[in-house]
Amino acid sequence: MLDSKIPAGKLEDKWTDYKGHCKLVNPANKRKLEVIVIGTGLAGASAAAALGEQGYQVKAFCFQDSPRRAHSIAAQGGINAAKNYQNDGDSVFRLFYDTIKGGDYRAREANVHRLAEVSVNIIDQCVAQGVPFAREYGGLLNNRSFGGVQVKRTFYAAGQTGQQLLIGAYQALERQVALGNVKMYNRHEMQDIVMIDGKARGIIARNLISGQLERFFGHAVVLASGGYGNVFYLSTNAMGSNVTAAWRAHKKGAHFANPCFTQIHPTCIPVSGDHQSKLTLMSESLRNDGRIWVPKKQNDTRKANDIPEEERDYYLERRYPAFGNLVPRDVASRAAKERCDAGYGVGTTKQAVYLDFKYNLINKYGKAEANKHGIQNPDTETLVRLGKEVVKEEYGNLFDMYEKITGENPYEVPMRIYPAVHYTMGGLWVDYDLMTSVKGMFCLGEANFSDHGANRLGASALMQGLADGYFVIPYTLGNYLADEISVKPIPTTDRAFVEAEAKVNERINRLMSIQGTQTVESFHKRLGKIMWEKCGMARNEQGLKEAIQEIRALREDFWKNVRIPGGIYEMNPELDKANRVADFLELGELMCMDALERNESCGGHFREESQTPDGEALRHDDQYMYVSAWKLNGENSWELEKEPLNYEVIKPTQRNYK
Amino acid sequence: MEHYNMNLTLKVWKQKNAETGGKFETYKVSNISSEMSFLEMFDVLNEQLIREGKEPIAFDHDCREGICGMCSMYINGRPHGPWHGTTTCQLHMRAFKDGDTIVVEPWRAKAFPVVKDLIVDRSAFDRIIQAGGYISVNTGNAQDGNAIPIPKENADKAFAAAACIGCGACVAACKNSSALLFLSAKVSHLALLPQGEAEKKDRALNMIAQMDKEGFGSCTNTGACEAVCPKEIEITNIARLNREYLTAGLASDTKKH
Ligand SMILES: Cc1cc2nc3c(=O)[nH]c(=O)nc-3n(C[C@H](O)[C@H](O)[C@H](O)COP(=O)(O)OP(=O)(O)OC[C@H]3O[C@@H](n4cnc5c(N)ncnc54)[C@H](O)[C@@H]3O)c2cc1C
Ligand code: SF4
Ligand code: FES
Repeated sequence: MLDSKIPAGKLEDKWTDYKGHCKLVNPANKRKLEVIVIGTGLAGASAAAALGEQGYQVKAFCFQDSPRRAHSIAAQGGINAAKNYQNDGDSVFRLFYDTIKGGDYRAREANVHRLAEVSVNIIDQCVAQGVPFAREYGGLLNNRSFGGVQVKRTFYAAGQTGQQLLIGAYQALERQVALGNVKMYNRHEMQDIVMIDGKARGIIARNLISGQLERFFGHAVVLASGGYGNVFYLSTNAMGSNVTAAWRAHKKGAHFANPCFTQIHPTCIPVSGDHQSKLTLMSESLRNDGRIWVPKKQNDTRKANDIPEEERDYYLERRYPAFGNLVPRDVASRAAKERCDAGYGVGTTKQAVYLDFKYNLINKYGKAEANKHGIQNPDTETLVRLGKEVVKEEYGNLFDMYEKITGENPYEVPMRIYPAVHYTMGGLWVDYDLMTSVKGMFCLGEANFSDHGANRLGASALMQGLADGYFVIPYTLGNYLADEISVKPIPTTDRAFVEAEAKVNERINRLMSIQGTQTVESFHKRLGKIMWEKCGMARNEQGLKEAIQEIRALREDFWKNVRIPGGIYEMNPELDKANRVADFLELGELMCMDALERNESCGGHFREESQTPDGEALRHDDQYMYVSAWKLNGENSWELEKEPLNYEVIKPTQRNYK
Repeated sequence: MEHYNMNLTLKVWKQKNAETGGKFETYKVSNISSEMSFLEMFDVLNEQLIREGKEPIAFDHDCREGICGMCSMYINGRPHGPWHGTTTCQLHMRAFKDGDTIVVEPWRAKAFPVVKDLIVDRSAFDRIIQAGGYISVNTGNAQDGNAIPIPKENADKAFAAAACIGCGACVAACKNSSALLFLSAKVSHLALLPQGEAEKKDRALNMIAQMDKEGFGSCTNTGACEAVCPKEIEITNIARLNREYLTAGLASDTKKH
């Protein structure tokens, strides 16, 4: 039975009580304890830095050439915190409530409340590190608003918030490297976890330059390896983002929770052709100032600027007057799909809607600037010019990116956007301590399932990654390691290490020996197509059943026909990729099984069988108020364990953004 | 925007590993859409090579959004290619026309040895940061984020310097392989903020010492770095570094952490 180890007591006291009573490791003992951290994105870099500062001997790993390159670097819009600097009614409770509601009541109250509590410390910490957040003229921190909430609590640095936060964490990490507390292994990819007496005690990693396998011991292993959105082939994730670390952990006994909970982000640059290798996000913050619309007429072929105001359908404002363009992501994505499926899509592919800045550029920013400069009765041209300046400061890099990719100038013509896979709420199951169902193996950041339920609110992933790394794991890991202080480092010549390495070796040799006719990429693309069509924005029983069969067949084909050029003991990016795609081919099946089992709609998981008369997601709390934790029993055979969700403070209701 | 297809000749640097020498190989690709990114064109080429049983070309990339700093191709004699303020991954094929020949090489610098083909080792940058590119503050107990107001102008300037993606194009463009634009961007970012004040002198001195140790050359102010920087990091950062630290700093000795 899974035990979430949620502390007793009142919700708002749990974390304080935990910190007051958890076991501690004294400084002398910390120096004797070795901790492995897989991944140095926001979650991993912050964890490795904080643990290094505490005196643990940390070994940190990433597959890029530097920790500064992790996928987190690409986060654009911002990071939430319940600072209430705007005096607009925000509080820890409201951030907690918004997150639970946004997640469609499929997250744990205790974890989310802790997240809201430490959110304020994150901002303070980052400012102290020199993160250059946006500021107002008075020198105080500025905020913007994000979807699914009615307060302004998002801190940001233009459209490069992830970059600035990651650089802050990276610098803290490099400082610990210089001090000798952290040893950093770049271009190393974890391949397996080494288990000794039922506990995680080390890893096998592949040196991506030499191709050699290397063994590392740790008293505990912390995974912070990111999300698995690339199972869809096309997503907003970085090209290298993958599930391998989490999946190999799953194979060593860690339960995988809610694998089907995927976030499809409503505002991404649409696919332009078969050559497409990834999709680019246009930050949710743009919905602050952009209005989404399609023509009122089906198959309208006029240019956007030629369609008069009264012939535009601002469908989000029409359907959801209370939240308008700022409804949560899942709602906005489905609404875009609905319009395009009904024949109102725009652009050559008709799989796009407009995101238009003209109105706010003129009316919000242009007029404000004109007032500021004392310009009387400005004409539209002046307003546009003045408005542009402000918009440029807020989102300049995003507008430039859009123009580089599409060749169109979004200051002049509306952006064309369409939903794309963006984030995975599912991940390794963890308890309140962020420990997986394997003793001594922890999981942080996007790789775990913990805080976002069935849908993540914008600007909450950065918050969670840094909460986990800076403020949670330093306590909860100590609580575990306090009982391990007498364990001497285990030499990597131990049988467990030798055997684990032999297994990894055998798998790599098997991959290389296939020498078939089809490229790794072609398999990945085919898998992505199945997932997108049958386990994407809308899912149904028949499609999911077909998808499972198709994925099985594809997997078999892969292991017979894939062609990997080059050799094992050299730098070989195709081999690296094959290794990852092989895991995606297993994960895809589990995602479909999970989606099939959950015959309700909640958050980003939309089962066509379960909707309200006006097409909104319909939950079935009586049947599905649980976390689905999948345990691997044998090769591609899983058993479902359910962790019931008990709402003690919030009363779940049908989400309503109207 | 009109789209078109093109046929191209590519001359690409192939090098097995750090120990062996390398040479240019010539490849042909056809039907390349003007809508592709430069790296998608390389994807097409690599797929073609694998199907023909040949070795694909190794290159670094990850985000493909111009922010991770991983991509690093020297295209037609210019780091990151012809577009101003643009990384290799954000360069799109409409920059080229049918029949073009494109020459692609890795970054060339003593401090950035080639690992394979177009991939180089930029770990020297991490070591420069380790030498002082941070504010020495441990986690926890930071004061309230609004306790020290920071004039917007300074915050904006710090942000502009902090936008550096650590790609190394500045080094690749410089005839002396100097890393001073990269280094000065970090020093400026931190020195412009009150939190970074205290350590600013030691930080600059220690980072410069590390830069010299890594084998980067010296700066002779030609401005080639600024011209190719995909994040438009300004050379005034170097001036700030020189002005504020070098004169004052050379007299005092370098402290270690
Ligand atoms: C385009 C984009 C914009 C976004 N914008 C926002 C935003 O504005 N606000 C917000 O809150 N969230 C945003 N997100 C989401 C957020 O960026 C991510 O969820 C978050 O950064 C994940 O951080 P992480 O530390 O968990 O993982 P990552 O940053 O993905 O890091 C994973 C790390 O694990 C390493 N790794 C993986 N596998 C292995 C292995 N086998 N061996 C060794 N190392 C391994 C990698 O090298 C890397 O260091 C955005 C996401 C995208 C795609
Ligand atoms: S200064 Fe510019 S060119 Fe140099 S590393 Fe930074 S972003 Fe790249
Ligand atoms: S691939 Fe990330 S900047 Fe080019």
